[in-house]
Amino acid sequence: MSNSILHKASSRFYADHGWLKSAQTFSFHGNYDPERLQFGALRVLNDDTVNGGKGFGRHPHDNMEIISIPLEGVLEHQDSMGNTAVISPGEIQAMSAGTGIYHTEYNKDEDQPVTFLQIWLYPDALNVEPRYDQLDYSKGDRQNKLLQILSPHRDDEGVWINQKAWFHMGDLESGFGIDYRLKNEANGVYVFVISGEVIVNTQPLDTRDGYGVWDVPLVAIKAVTDASVLVMEVPMKW
Amino acid sequence: MEKKQILVLADHPEILETIIRLINKNEDWFGVGANSYEEAVIAFQGNEFDLVLLGVGMDDEIERRILEICKAADPGIVCVRHYGGGSGLLYSEIRHALGEN
Repeated sequence: MSNSILHKASSRFYADHGWLKSAQTFSFHGNYDPERLQFGALRVLNDDTVNGGKGFGRHPHDNMEIISIPLEGVLEHQDSMGNTAVISPGEIQAMSAGTGIYHTEYNKDEDQPVTFLQIWLYPDALNVEPRYDQLDYSKGDRQNKLLQILSPHRDDEGVWINQKAWFHMGDLESGFGIDYRLKNEANGVYVFVISGEVIVNTQPLDTRDGYGVWDVPLVAIKAVTDASVLVMEVPMKW
Repeated sequence: MEKKQILVLADHPEILETIIRLINKNEDWFGVGANSYEEAVIAFQGNEFDLVLLGVGMDDEIERRILEICKAADPGIVCVRHYGGGSGLLYSEIRHALGEN
């Protein structure tokens, strides 16, 4: 039985709303494929580009863990808990929607687009008190290393969420290889290539490709070119 | 084609209102909202639903009672949980539950 799934960048859904261009790894909003619903607890992986000054108006969420990772540009977040924050590349934002929250997300820059990953995970606890957190990980060492930027533990590295998931970022030089050993072998790992080309186990991946693997103790990641990767370990059942 | 009748149960009134508005933007669906067991009972008295969407996080006992009245009304009715409280997953959840491709 297969224990991997490949999502080529070109196979993602696309939504073009003019102000927003969104490449969606999994079914989202009006895009639907019953074979592309989730990877374990990872339900949304949207690669969004928002025009200058534009953004998502006030809208609600509940019972979802929502993570934003800017790749280019500047994103402004406001929410019904009174948080106003701006995040840039090298930062990660996590929001636990819990019992319910409203938020807006706008491109802070009037002229330049902002590109960010919008990631949703099913929570492992319902009706938690809504919370918001962000972290600057830009000074962390991720050169030829995998830097932890998210975990389930509030006293661990990175932001924390209500799910037994771990995210790592790595900037790998061409030819460099590194193993990611799972925290929990019942979990799966989803590798998303932000830039460059890599080989995960034996699977070649290009920029914006995604590759999920489960029933393994580790995954081997080798950079074919200089590459940046996001490694997401998530429960396959929860 | 008759519209699919969808009952949505959610605790949060504004989220419920948002979900109903989003459902009714689809010309093939008609959404009815309830944010309590009592409202769900009333909704079942005047409608035959194809699908029941249960907002996650409802009280377990209320959810159990609502599932009971769903199955009593129609043993074949599809009941699924709605996550996220907005448009992101809503349409996929409905289409998946209705067996659409």
